[in-house]
Amino acid sequence: MHVLKVENIYKQYELGQVSTGTMAHDFNRWLHKIRGKEDPYHKITERNTRDEKGGSKFVWALDDISFDVHQGDVVGIIGRNGAGKSTLLKILSKVTSPTKGNIKIKGRIASLLEVGTGFHPDLSGRENIFLNGAILGMTKKEIHAKFDEIVAFSGVDKYIDTPVKRYSSGMYVRLAFSVAAHLEPEILIVDEVLAVGDAEFQRKCLGKMKEVSQQGRTVIFVSHNLVAVKSLCTKGIVMDQGKLVFSGSADEAVESYMNANASKVKPSTVFSSPDDAIGNEFIKIKSITVQPEKLFITDAIQLDFSFWNFTDELKFNVSFDVIDVFGEVVFGSGNEFSSINNVGSASCLIPSNLMNDGIYSIHVYVHTAGMRKLYDFMDIVSFEVFDKERNHAYYGKINGAVRPKLTWKEG
Amino acid sequence: MINKETNWTETISPVNSYWQLRLGAIFRYRDLIFLFVKRDFSAVYKQTILGPLWLFIQPIFTTLIFFFVFTKIAKIPTAGIDPILFYLAGITLWNYFSDCFVKTSNTFVANATIYGKVYFPRLVIPISIVISNLIKLGVQLMVFAAVFIYKINFEGLSFSFNATLFFLPVLILLMAILGLGLGIVFSAMTTKYRDFSFLLAFGIQLLMYATPIIYPLSYTSGQLHWWISINPLTPLIENFKFALFGIGHFDFVGLLYTTLISTFILFFGIILFNRVEKNFMDTV
Repeated sequence: MHVLKVENIYKQYELGQVSTGTMAHDFNRWLHKIRGKEDPYHKITERNTRDEKGGSKFVWALDDISFDVHQGDVVGIIGRNGAGKSTLLKILSKVTSPTKGNIKIKGRIASLLEVGTGFHPDLSGRENIFLNGAILGMTKKEIHAKFDEIVAFSGVDKYIDTPVKRYSSGMYVRLAFSVAAHLEPEILIVDEVLAVGDAEFQRKCLGKMKEVSQQGRTVIFVSHNLVAVKSLCTKGIVMDQGKLVFSGSADEAVESYMNANASKVKPSTVFSSPDDAIGNEFIKIKSITVQPEKLFITDAIQLDFSFWNFTDELKFNVSFDVIDVFGEVVFGSGNEFSSINNVGSASCLIPSNLMNDGIYSIHVYVHTAGMRKLYDFMDIVSFEVFDKERNHAYYGKINGAVRPKLTWKEG
Repeated sequence: MINKETNWTETISPVNSYWQLRLGAIFRYRDLIFLFVKRDFSAVYKQTILGPLWLFIQPIFTTLIFFFVFTKIAKIPTAGIDPILFYLAGITLWNYFSDCFVKTSNTFVANATIYGKVYFPRLVIPISIVISNLIKLGVQLMVFAAVFIYKINFEGLSFSFNATLFFLPVLILLMAILGLGLGIVFSAMTTKYRDFSFLLAFGIQLLMYATPIIYPLSYTSGQLHWWISINPLTPLIENFKFALFGIGHFDFVGLLYTTLISTFILFFGIILFNRVEKNFMDTV
């Protein structure tokens, strides 16, 4: 049974500051409208790409999105930052309306774009439970009925009559979340509330989501945490640049997202002739590749290098640095090797269970045996390491650039 | 099966109809209105020493200053009404109107953080503001009553009851409607262009001088009299003074005029507000 039907949703945003220009646009829109014409700014609106600067002041944050949700589905919406996930959530939760298109809903819908909306710092925990509950759509009667349960779940019963500004941030979030957790909508929309709060809070939050879906209610969950989506969701939707690029099972959606992302990294750089190859008069790249193409944290990573050598050196030192997305060097490694027939090649194996999930790029340096620098190749290849499914309670990002598998013993 | 499939309870669509006022939804959220009112009252005087006493201090001091400036220095007559009572009555009523107007005019901008995260009928907030202020007005009217009774008992002020006193709630209701109506019209316009909040900030001061608060309507004449008479607030203030002090006459025509204007403004305001609430998050 359908509980939600999204039909050809578009959302247009105007870039830049509100100014006299905006007023001219408003006026022009109105002129078109009274003559019964289409909005003139719908036509010149561009795709939502953040990387390129387009000529138009208007972008489609959502571009023809359609999908159906059935009762009891747990739908994960994934996509890069700026893909339109949050805009879609805002429209579903009626915070803003679509520019074109319709959404049909069956049942009460509650959205958790944030925990603790409307909490007033000067009011006590008790007063805030009522206020926040009512903002989320509960009646006073419903809140009364659940009050004890909410307080017990939050674990702040001792401080319930203290102003929430005196709470620790953890207590504040717990109280806020337990109000939200006791909503009983037919459709629950959850934004990445999981990104905030500690591991215990995340566990509670995800546990509650599971519980909600087991009761046959529908959950729409937006995240770029692939592990959480894979572990919790039954259906998945992938968005990119405001478009829906995939809709299917959660596993397939994650797969599709990974494949799409794989094209954003550059696992190999290969040149067929020295004429177009990167390098200088001493050394040029023939090929540098990372294998396998789809990498999980449990895979060993093989790096292959081969160069054209134009010097009369016979021995080289090839080294590389692994750089994380923040530009920090995770580690470096190097080795000396001999060239044969003017073409040198080498390979290196990064062991499995070393790299954490994330995108990394490789800088390659070539020196003579006497450590005279011949060339350094910045960002020459890059790769993404994906996380595996987890079956314990924490689905968040594990800190650090490396995640070595260590030996733990009890006792 | 087909029947079940089409059994939708709600449709989200782009802004379309002007006439979808969705007032029923506001009624469903009545608990929220009263919780907002409660919040306003419990939060506003936290960490103050005088607390709700501020409700009394403000009109009393303003009255005293008006008394010195307009009665003692400028010598503006008060149509035979005791000047202290005259100003206190005017200020109490004017404050109610201007609070309703100014505070609701800021609705979208001031509440953008809540509005941006969760949906509830947006009109809930301006309505709760008007109700909070109504309670404040009630308290301030008690101050007025106390001064009035003091003057009757100790300064020999004569008081003659007249039946138009029963119109008092109607006058206050109209004041609320007008304040709310103008406030939400402005709030709808302020979301995109903040110019309107500057306009309002000095406009409200000018409006006070165009309303017979510090002078009686009878003090004006000619064209000025006409201009002040078309101010829909004028009949409210004048009738209020007649009901209490029995000076002048009760202006039923003016009251009808104000009723029509206020209802129209409120209706227009709700339409505009509903239109803006759907998309204001994009431009606020």
